[in-house]
Amino acid sequence: MNDLIRDSLDHCVKCTICETHCPVSQVTPLFPGPKYVGPQAERYRGAGPSSDASVDYCSGCGICTQVCPQDVKIAEINSRARAKLWEKRGVPLRNQMIARPTVIGRLGTPVAPLANWALHNRAVRGMVQSMIGIHRDAPMPSFAGKTFQRRSRSHHGPTDAPAVVYFHGCGTNYYEPVLGEMMVAVLEHNGFRVIVPQQDCCGLPLQSNGNFPAARTYVRRLVDRLVPHARAGLPIVSNSTSCGLMLKREAHEILGIEDEDLKLVSESMYDVCEFLLRLHERGALRTDFGSLPLTVPYHAPCQQRGHGIGKPALDLLALVPDLDMIELDVDCCGIAGTYGLKKEKYEIAMAVGKRLFDDITATGSDLAACDSETCRWQIAHGTGVTAVHPIELLYRAYGLGASDPAGKHGTRPLAAVAAGPGTSERDTGSHD
Amino acid sequence: MSYDTVVVGAGLAGLTAALRLTEHGQRVLVVARGVGATHLAPATVDVLGYLGDARVENPASSVATLVASSRDHPYGHISADQLAAALDWFTTRAGALSYVGGVEENLLLPTALGVPKPSALAPRTMSGGDLRAGGRFVFVGFKGFKDFHPTLIADNLARARLPAPVAARALELELPAGRRVDMSGRVIAGQFDTENLSEWLITALQNRVEPDEHIGVPAVLGLRRADETWQKLETRLGRKVFEVATLPPSIPGIRLFDALASALRASGTRIVLGVRAVGARTNGGRIEAVDVANATGTVSHRTDAMVLASGGFASGGLELDSFGATRETVFDLPLIGMPETDRVRFAPGYFDAQPLSAAGVGTDDQFRPVDASGRPVYTNLHAAGAILGGAVPWKEKSGTGISVATGYAAAGAILAPAAQAVSEAVR
Repeated sequence: MNDLIRDSLDHCVKCTICETHCPVSQVTPLFPGPKYVGPQAERYRGAGPSSDASVDYCSGCGICTQVCPQDVKIAEINSRARAKLWEKRGVPLRNQMIARPTVIGRLGTPVAPLANWALHNRAVRGMVQSMIGIHRDAPMPSFAGKTFQRRSRSHHGPTDAPAVVYFHGCGTNYYEPVLGEMMVAVLEHNGFRVIVPQQDCCGLPLQSNGNFPAARTYVRRLVDRLVPHARAGLPIVSNSTSCGLMLKREAHEILGIEDEDLKLVSESMYDVCEFLLRLHERGALRTDFGSLPLTVPYHAPCQQRGHGIGKPALDLLALVPDLDMIELDVDCCGIAGTYGLKKEKYEIAMAVGKRLFDDITATGSDLAACDSETCRWQIAHGTGVTAVHPIELLYRAYGLGASDPAGKHGTRPLAAVAAGPGTSERDTGSHD
Repeated sequence: MSYDTVVVGAGLAGLTAALRLTEHGQRVLVVARGVGATHLAPATVDVLGYLGDARVENPASSVATLVASSRDHPYGHISADQLAAALDWFTTRAGALSYVGGVEENLLLPTALGVPKPSALAPRTMSGGDLRAGGRFVFVGFKGFKDFHPTLIADNLARARLPAPVAARALELELPAGRRVDMSGRVIAGQFDTENLSEWLITALQNRVEPDEHIGVPAVLGLRRADETWQKLETRLGRKVFEVATLPPSIPGIRLFDALASALRASGTRIVLGVRAVGARTNGGRIEAVDVANATGTVSHRTDAMVLASGGFASGGLELDSFGATRETVFDLPLIGMPETDRVRFAPGYFDAQPLSAAGVGTDDQFRPVDASGRPVYTNLHAAGAILGGAVPWKEKSGTGISVATGYAAAGAILAPAAQAVSEAVR
């Protein structure tokens, strides 16, 4: 497999299509572009590390691979080259830290108010920037305090319904547990029993930061948790597009994990909108949507595009009366997971995102929708609008946040609605 | 999902077919391995540039001559009226590029290498480069922009066979200080959109161009506001200004892709890239569902019709393996234009007549791939663009014309199978 990925560079005809789509090389000369750094430079790299460190400026968005008409695995080649580079240099402390969301989550959650104060305090952030190189202005989420895992333990959903397994990821667990509750509510509304297995990070941030051995450990641990359900034939759904893609494809194609268990989990994994749309195709999705008179720009994140499933969020939201979704056409918001957090890359990430920010601002909406959590934080940071997961709109259209005054937006309009009566301690079905 | 038509391929033919179908209210899905040749070709529509070695002045009449002698040519399956209608339709749908020209005469535009090339349609930002009337031209390059060589263009034009005398010279400008040294066309185009690069260009050219010179600039005047920038240059410089195709990538080609893709998006049609059509479920000679491989597996999309616009050898629609076997990659469709089995696949000279150059899928008049007996392989499968056999597009200069015309006609056949059947019976 490893060799198949690398050997795909022989399919490169130097057509430059990847170069025209690379969001990073368009805004900075520090990254010479996916073709130069990928199929061209890889020929000279052989087994050793890259002699050219510019590959570290690849954000790993994966757009190059998607647009390549010759099936060259450009982003995958570059991701591996980056890992080799850091293997030789040693992954710096900062990259080790931001690549372990579960460690950060466990540290921050018990002291959430203090941690949140620090995360959003100019002076502290200035010190953090100069000491470890996380940019002082980079968008940071707030710790929720009580994790989704903990909240879900007190939830009692249906017991005799068909089961679906929920892979919620770290973002939902530590920062957006309310979104997790909405996921559960939407799935239960459609007649499912939601199983929330204990789970850890998928290893994607470690992979993007060049620590493949640690990333593989995380993947294996997570697969061990999920595979019994996959073996039982249960679908696994995820609201984190990048973590879902990690299990669907990247752990295999980039980390090179050859494993029957991983394969089983991959084949059982669905993006939640993909899953719901499939239900709809079978006539099994509830369509008792109420009116949602909103105009909402939608950004399909780069990692969502990597699934190759189209834009199921838009197909679903088209079912909601009076909801006008505007499909944006920008490849990447810039943040690319942890890329835009770094001191030396923050400006690049913001420059990449500028077109998206401008297009969102031009719609005049104070609300945007996007499937991926880090992208939502980046969009909110770059535009000042509230960015929500499409599930949040479905949740609201179903009327699950019952007493929701339509159109009354606070700083976090829809989530505030979700935390209304009966939802703050929403339960989930069975656990394991 | 369930669709009226699934289109395979996001090049010019696929996008054309998809947009025409969408406009008639069809629910369409476009799937493709990646972006097509729009990003490489200069965005002109070349209907027919050469008939044998003779340069074509009137494509409409030369197409008639061509199909009279070459029965299997894709143009042989459409009428002159359909061809003209396809170009008219295309001109309005790609309105953002303001195409000029028509099927009655070819423009003669300089390529990136300074070769005069006949094109039926060109964006108006490029059409001012028409060499037919002759005159004085200055070709302007930017130092450090490695995909455009004005001296090469000027020198080659001096040697070219042209209908009227052309005097051409080259001029190289230093981009404003502080800019990166090794810029791609995509980066420069972005700067024309977002920065005041046009003011710099106007100032730089004002005193260095003769009053009667036409000014050719690299086709990098922006992606989102190119037409506006071009108008500004013409007005302020008071001379004819025109974009000249660069080496790939092609910025005008990206504009064309964006124009068609955003029209599709506006009507809710999804374009999914990075996936691969791997086959179909069929029943009684009909395609019922198209199988598409994505990140984890294969999804079956139910559909009433399918357009195969997956391209030729360069795009993977056709494949030649190391044993010399040639095949169509999704359905293994029968091919026409093939050399006899034991003949060599390549002629020694690059520009020789190549044995495989006309290889591709043969169709009926509804652009349905046919078997050796002339019967459609599937009654609801249509093909368009570079996958079609019987043409030698690189030599004829007919590739984009074939894509637009057959994408349009394949969509037409899907929209009006009944009407089509009647007209066939009458014939």
